[in-house]
Amino acid sequence: MATDALEAVDLVKTYPAGRKKPRLRALDGLTFSVPEGVVLGLLGPNGAGKSTTVKILTTLSRADSGTARVVGYDVNRSQEQVRRSIGYVPQKSSSDPLATGVENLVLSGRIYGLSRSLAVRRASELLERFELTAVGDRPVKTYSGGMQRKLDVALGLVHRPRVLFLDEPTTGLDPEARAELWNEVGRLSGDEGLTVLLTTHYLEEADWLADQLAIVDHGKVVAEGTPEALKAELRGDSVHVELVSPDTDGLVHRLLSDLPGVGEIVVEGNVLRARVDHGATAVPAVLGALEDKAVPVTAVTVSRPSLDDVYLRYTGRSFRSVEGEAA
Amino acid sequence: MTHTTLITGRWLRAQYRQPALIAFTLVQPAIWLLLFGQLFRGVVNIPGFGDSSYIAFLTPGIVMMTALMNSGWSGTTFIADMERGVMDRMLASPVSRGGLMAGQLISNATTTVIQTILVFAIGFAAGARYDGGAGGYAITVFAAMLVGTAFGSLSNAVALLTRQDEALIGIFQFVSLPLTFMSSIMIDPRVAPHWVNVAARFNPVDWAALAARQALSAAPDWSSVARHGLYLVAFTLIVGWLSTRAFRTYQRSI
Repeated sequence: MATDALEAVDLVKTYPAGRKKPRLRALDGLTFSVPEGVVLGLLGPNGAGKSTTVKILTTLSRADSGTARVVGYDVNRSQEQVRRSIGYVPQKSSSDPLATGVENLVLSGRIYGLSRSLAVRRASELLERFELTAVGDRPVKTYSGGMQRKLDVALGLVHRPRVLFLDEPTTGLDPEARAELWNEVGRLSGDEGLTVLLTTHYLEEADWLADQLAIVDHGKVVAEGTPEALKAELRGDSVHVELVSPDTDGLVHRLLSDLPGVGEIVVEGNVLRARVDHGATAVPAVLGALEDKAVPVTAVTVSRPSLDDVYLRYTGRSFRSVEGEAA
Repeated sequence: MTHTTLITGRWLRAQYRQPALIAFTLVQPAIWLLLFGQLFRGVVNIPGFGDSSYIAFLTPGIVMMTALMNSGWSGTTFIADMERGVMDRMLASPVSRGGLMAGQLISNATTTVIQTILVFAIGFAAGARYDGGAGGYAITVFAAMLVGTAFGSLSNAVALLTRQDEALIGIFQFVSLPLTFMSSIMIDPRVAPHWVNVAARFNPVDWAALAARQALSAAPDWSSVARHGLYLVAFTLIVGWLSTRAFRTYQRSI
């Protein structure tokens, strides 16, 4: 039986009230586990508790209550062992901008106890792997955002950790750099049984990289499983209707509720989402009902369930609307 | 120990890449030294003022003042590390907290040594001469390093607690002025008001200035040098220990 590389049970973390900010319950009984060699995606909007979870598991922060273990070591009682077993790539770039790529990697390797020559060898290995060899001797402040991020991941891997934490690895990257980093991270998971905990608020990223997903909302895991299983739990298809004007009086909602085989109706502004048993038969009925009451429609799409739908189902909010709030 | 060496190496490398910064931080003491040296040249004529040359009196004081002023900036490197993810990555690694603190302070201390030598050079050019010999200079350098290290670690602690450059610099400006003026840096205590002398008795910068001036004089009062030196060492150790504890407070807040 595979042992769990990561285990969090009932984590609670409250931040005291400060100036201009109320007391915040960041984690509210968060529980999950990750088997060895698995890439787990913690998916949720900003403020859901993802980074707090990572900080507790990396020994940076302490939970008020609950227990957490990393490769079997308790994060409170065996901090030293936990720290030796993990690589941490924080949300913000974690390289020293004044030092070169090589210097950053060598310093990190030596902190973990590698000899100078081993650290140098490991640094050149990682630079090659992340295609940074050409810029290895340049100060990091001259790197592009994508290059810095790749160096951050390399810094997390210097000491061959058993668990790698990637806190929002592609936030702020342009699409090209993001795709490139996805490829690199995708290759990691096959590596030497490395377990990866990835937090993200990009659904596609979670879908692409994670073997297992845990959807986090308000400091709790609200759904868990493989992306496929989570999507399969949603029966039928999802219908997405764009209205010309917002449904202010709830008319559209009422109209659709009356239709058979249409459920989970959510109207946000002038976007309507619903779950239907059969897309092909439901669309004419939906459009017919709207046309009867002269509700103009801009576009209709039918799709297989996406992670966005999974998110909507478990949190009652569409992912995009939550992102809008946060921004 | 290894960690301290590694972290010292990191900061020394960064400093060595920006020699202009060290040069820049010298402009201020040079101005203090030459400006005050000119402005207050006459104070030695006040009855009771011990020294016959004001520039000779002033130079060790300016050495300590320079060490103090520069140490205030120490914490800004911590804040830069916190603004990036460097501090968090370090703290999630097995690096020793003492090493993180000490490494940065040692590299600062090397700057203090260079600056002390240069301030003496400027003082010498302006006419300051000492009878104390090599031992006196060595004690002055050592005392300056302690001032830099003690207040540098306080600056690092404030950085860990406030996490803001503005707050750090604000607090330091507020503290450094009284530390500078309630001391014998610029004026002989014998001609200063009584309350200044009382305040100076509790001022670590003054301990350093007194120890240095004694050690540089023709007939040093070694017991005074030793006493003030000991106070300074004790103060540095205590604030160094407290500052290392500030890592915990920082970690509690994130």
